[in-house]
Amino acid sequence: MNDNQLLRYSRQIMLPKIEVDGQQKLLAAKVLIVGAGGLGSPASIYLAAAGIGNITIYDDDVVDLSNLQRQIAHHTPDIGMDKAISSQQTLNKLNPDVNVNAVKQRLAGEQLDVEVEKADVVVDCSDNFATRFAINTACVRHKTPLVSGAAIRFEGQVSVFTPGRDNSPCYNCLYQSDGEELVNCATNGVVAPITGIVGSIQALEAMKLILGIGETLVGKLLLIDGLSMEINSMNLKKNPTCPSCGGMGVT
Amino acid sequence: MSIKVRYFASLKEDLGRSEDILETASLLTVRQIWQCANPQQTLPNPILVAVNKDYADLESLVNDGDEVAFFPPVTGG
Repeated sequence: MNDNQLLRYSRQIMLPKIEVDGQQKLLAAKVLIVGAGGLGSPASIYLAAAGIGNITIYDDDVVDLSNLQRQIAHHTPDIGMDKAISSQQTLNKLNPDVNVNAVKQRLAGEQLDVEVEKADVVVDCSDNFATRFAINTACVRHKTPLVSGAAIRFEGQVSVFTPGRDNSPCYNCLYQSDGEELVNCATNGVVAPITGIVGSIQALEAMKLILGIGETLVGKLLLIDGLSMEINSMNLKKNPTCPSCGGMGVT
Repeated sequence: MSIKVRYFASLKEDLGRSEDILETASLLTVRQIWQCANPQQTLPNPILVAVNKDYADLESLVNDGDEVAFFPPVTGG
């Protein structure tokens, strides 16, 4: 690290759980963020600010005026721009140390597999079940840690899955794919800061996974109700008959 | 048997109450608990359920003194 980096990250480096070694781990880390919307914005901004060295962002959408109430990586002059590119510009401006790879594409199929295999941690900031199940399947296949967050109305949920480690459940142990497709933010509404809360928790969990510190939300689902400010958690267990991870050996 | 049933977030708003205390004569599943407590309301699908704060499925049996919590699923981003 050069002098500028030592100064930029000084408040993080002074934490005994991080120090210079930890900051170097963050600078060397590769994080894949799927979705550059309400959750992807705060998650990517905090991860870039914290000095995650390599961030890949996928989103196939363009910035719309109705996004700006919560998708804080995008600004009014960015309307009409690809969200991936708009995010890249915001992150580059925030922290030039970070190598941001932005792709305007819905991450799926073989590309999803390739990106998940390359990543140290995947942060799921997508907005639909189909993408969430596909990301989970790829993370289980490559045993890549997954930080999953979701937000709607005044509500948020966050969990961490480390397939193949610590007897971790996976997203498919929690949600089964036979349910009907859920309502989204466009039809149900979402209050701005709940996406910030959930996306920020996702960023923190991703950093803890990279650093190997603390206790992550593995085996727990955090449930946040912003309206009553009630925060609950439920204990999750690996489902031995889970169609995604059920056959995976325990290590 | 006495079972405490709790509803969270938008489910609480939709039902207009946060909890019920059910007195049941026999051992019931989570699904039957919902039907007893909400005879007019179809069980939402998907839904998240915890029994005594542990993830549970709809066929899990609920014992005397258990707390059953229903949470709306969230996928938005």
